[in-house]
Amino acid sequence: MIILWTDALIFILMAIIVVLAFYMRGQAHIKRPLQQIGSSRIGMVSLVVLLVFVLIGLLDSLHFKAGDEQKNEIISLLDYWATPLRERGEKTYSAPFATTLYSKEMMTLADGSRQWDYPRLVFGGRHLDDPETQRSADIVQKGLYGFMQGAGLVAFCMLLSWGMLAEQHKRFMRGSTAKAVWAAAFVLVSVSYALIHLSVYYHVLGTDKVGEDVFYQAVKSIRTGLVIGTLTTLIMLPMAIIFGILAGFFRGWVDDVIQYLYTTLNSIPGVLLIAASILMVQVYMANHEEAFTSVLVRADMRLLFLCLILGVTSWTGLCRLLRAETLKLREMEYVQAAHALGVKQGVILLRHILPNVMHIVLISVVLDFSSLVLAEAVLSYINIGVDPTTYSWGNMINGARLEMAREPIVWWSLSAAFVFMFALVLAANLFADVVQAAFDPRRSGNE
Amino acid sequence: MNKPLLAVEQLSVSFNHRQTVVDAISFVIYPGETFALVGESGSGKSITALSVLRLLPNNARLSAGAINLNGDNLLKRSEAELCKIRGNRIGLIFQDPMSSLNPVMTIGSQIEEVIAIHFSLPKQAIKQRVLELLQQVEIPEPQQRINDYPHQLSGGQRQRVMIAIALAGKPDLLIADEPTTSLDVTIQAQILALLKTIQQQTGMALWLISHDLALVSTMADRVAVMQQGKIVETGNTADFFSNPQHPYTRKLLNALPSMDSCLAHAVEEKPLLLCVRNFSCYYPIRQGIFKRIVDYVRAVDGVSFELQQGKTLALVGESGCGKTTLGKSLLNLIPASGGQVKINGTDLSQLTGEPLRQQRAHIQIVFQDPFSSMNPRMLVGDIIAEGISALHSAISLDQRKEKVRQLLRQVDLPEDSALRYPHEFSGGQRQRICIARALAVEPKLIVCDEPTSALDVSVQAQIIQLLKTLQQEKGVSYLFITHDLAVVAEIADEVAVMYQGKIIEQGSVAQVLTRPEQAYTKKLLAAVPVLKI
Repeated sequence: MIILWTDALIFILMAIIVVLAFYMRGQAHIKRPLQQIGSSRIGMVSLVVLLVFVLIGLLDSLHFKAGDEQKNEIISLLDYWATPLRERGEKTYSAPFATTLYSKEMMTLADGSRQWDYPRLVFGGRHLDDPETQRSADIVQKGLYGFMQGAGLVAFCMLLSWGMLAEQHKRFMRGSTAKAVWAAAFVLVSVSYALIHLSVYYHVLGTDKVGEDVFYQAVKSIRTGLVIGTLTTLIMLPMAIIFGILAGFFRGWVDDVIQYLYTTLNSIPGVLLIAASILMVQVYMANHEEAFTSVLVRADMRLLFLCLILGVTSWTGLCRLLRAETLKLREMEYVQAAHALGVKQGVILLRHILPNVMHIVLISVVLDFSSLVLAEAVLSYINIGVDPTTYSWGNMINGARLEMAREPIVWWSLSAAFVFMFALVLAANLFADVVQAAFDPRRSGNE
Repeated sequence: MNKPLLAVEQLSVSFNHRQTVVDAISFVIYPGETFALVGESGSGKSITALSVLRLLPNNARLSAGAINLNGDNLLKRSEAELCKIRGNRIGLIFQDPMSSLNPVMTIGSQIEEVIAIHFSLPKQAIKQRVLELLQQVEIPEPQQRINDYPHQLSGGQRQRVMIAIALAGKPDLLIADEPTTSLDVTIQAQILALLKTIQQQTGMALWLISHDLALVSTMADRVAVMQQGKIVETGNTADFFSNPQHPYTRKLLNALPSMDSCLAHAVEEKPLLLCVRNFSCYYPIRQGIFKRIVDYVRAVDGVSFELQQGKTLALVGESGCGKTTLGKSLLNLIPASGGQVKINGTDLSQLTGEPLRQQRAHIQIVFQDPFSSMNPRMLVGDIIAEGISALHSAISLDQRKEKVRQLLRQVDLPEDSALRYPHEFSGGQRQRICIARALAVEPKLIVCDEPTSALDVSVQAQIIQLLKTLQQEKGVSYLFITHDLAVVAEIADEVAVMYQGKIIEQGSVAQVLTRPEQAYTKKLLAAVPVLKI
């Protein structure tokens, strides 16, 4: 078992979420908004999608040393299970479900003659004797087989939970929300099963320039996306909230100092700052080679520093918003009433100001989450993003960028990255919408 | 009678297919008359006006037998044809003139715009017409004012501009939706007089929408009362006020605070509680790059008064006279600039930090707006208990809960309110919660900053009754800040009239309201619309 820096942070984050969940269970007045989230169809379906992403991310965060000592390779649980995908590389590009490479090559046949044709893939569709005629039927058959397996699993879970639930809880299973959740789980699990089953025999999303499976890349990128989205937010939030609220509430010299700080920080081009800090990390790692023995550890360090520096450069926007909102709130009559009641300033900040700016925090966290995932893609483009060896949607897009000009076009890397990114960001946005509506008492009243 | 100008038959409006806001109402307005639609907030009176012009929000559904303007059914007109009727045949004035005017256009160009839409006139003629209109609404020096922006005008002048815009299309009917609610009493009287004059000049009909029965009794020819989307009573003003038929109308009329009630107060000497000497509160005016203080706005300027235990001092004045600033700076919510505030012999102006925090238990405040004075994310129980836990930290959790229940009973709210959020309560109930919050720390003085002006008449009467009862039970004193002289008569023992940061007249309520000495006080009293029966 090896714990990387980002792994540790992810598990700390999970622990915080679990503790918070337990704390919230005991609070009577939080129950109502939670029930509202629970009864929202969109909210629960997007939660299911998010949970699948998070689960994959977590599986990808359990790292250990692989098999033999010499190779000194660190892999995650996900890598272990996806060993066939990981190791069955082709020579170069191949289309999804293809049995041959994407471009013609000069091949030496068994009889010594040379031929200009599409060579067969080493792994994709190897089991077929005559791909031309057998392939479609084989794909449908294998896909259906996987789909049925997944469907069977979900149906089994459904029956099991139905049987185990006490009679009074069964109404939860009959509601339209529960049906939507089961339907979403059914589709997700069945399709994943079909994909997993197919990916043993084919490259379901094709292969990239060096012949690596794109499906594997896209799945591996989930962790990178989640880490950049959540850790950066985690770093940025405390700074933005503390500085923003203090500046707005106390005004005077506190406000001046904080404003100078963020206007100065804002006037330095973010890209330069990021480039400089990434270079610094690289130099540091080069000087301390003994501490960074494997490629994965180096890539992880770089990812962590990317999150850090993105966090440090991106808190100013939210800080400004919070400062303005606090300026408004501190003149509200309930804050004045609290002053009149002799409530201490720290308590006023925590009890009256902070909860009333949380909706802004929530909205901007979700928007930032999406834009951070996108920022990673842009930074990878100019080579100051994540390590080139790290799987990330940004790297995938960057790699596929040049192939857009190719004829016929290589579309699968880009599309795969886009679809995965789109699903994650959309689910996060929809879920945050529902959460926000539920936790805002003014809105939950009239809906 | 002659042919009606506007005849509405069986008009219904509902929101989201469920909530019926206006429920099959019918009424007529005759040419040249003043028709008043009276009702409390939420009764659907504004929606009725908007639905005649088809200006309803998107989630509203309108169904009606007919809306006839001069025999022409407006329901059969297309949106484009209605645009010609709006502003041209029917003019509209809203409550808040500031938000109805475009802040980045001069008032001249805003009036010109309306004229240009409805009449094809040469540029010079339009300009001439704008000047005429500004003269008609009695804005001084219209030649200069024409290039002013809305923020350069006073509230009353802005409402005059709104009237000018409404008149620009030479309408047959002018709808005035609470035209004076956001204005001071004296200005309110001027605007009403202006509306009357214009009506006599042009002969148009005036449809007045208001919650103020006294105002209606001075203005209207005919009155209709609306309650929960229905018109419950219609009649000529004289009959209506002398012989109200419907129980709801009677309830409304009874709830009106009466100026005569001031004579009933007993005069009885009690020990002194609050003593304010030469108190002032200045706001600095800063200019230049170094933010040098060049002058001060003297919001409160050398005020002195006294208040006895268990008594009520009403602080009366128009908006901007410094009465709210005075109230808040007594509580140290706004830093004072000088003078002395003694409560029970302790000089508050000398205290800072922890001792000041401890003294805060003696003096509490109830604000005007019951919607913004409670944290929307806190439970009512926590809101009320907040002061107890801050100032009496020795009290245990159970005792605190018991105290909250007791306070809720005292302000006539159910005990389970403690576990609900403020938005689940109506305006009057929220004001009760605010009173409970102030009472929680057992203060000797409560500053009531216009506690009833955001409420409906009938609710207003209940809150005043509650304040009176609490005063008898607990012997708490009130500093009652208001602009409403009728409320003053109802609750106060003494009155102080404020004008431009100074107290210009002070005395017992009977003395000030019946035998005012200062010209300004007389003007204030004269401007109050009194129910004509």
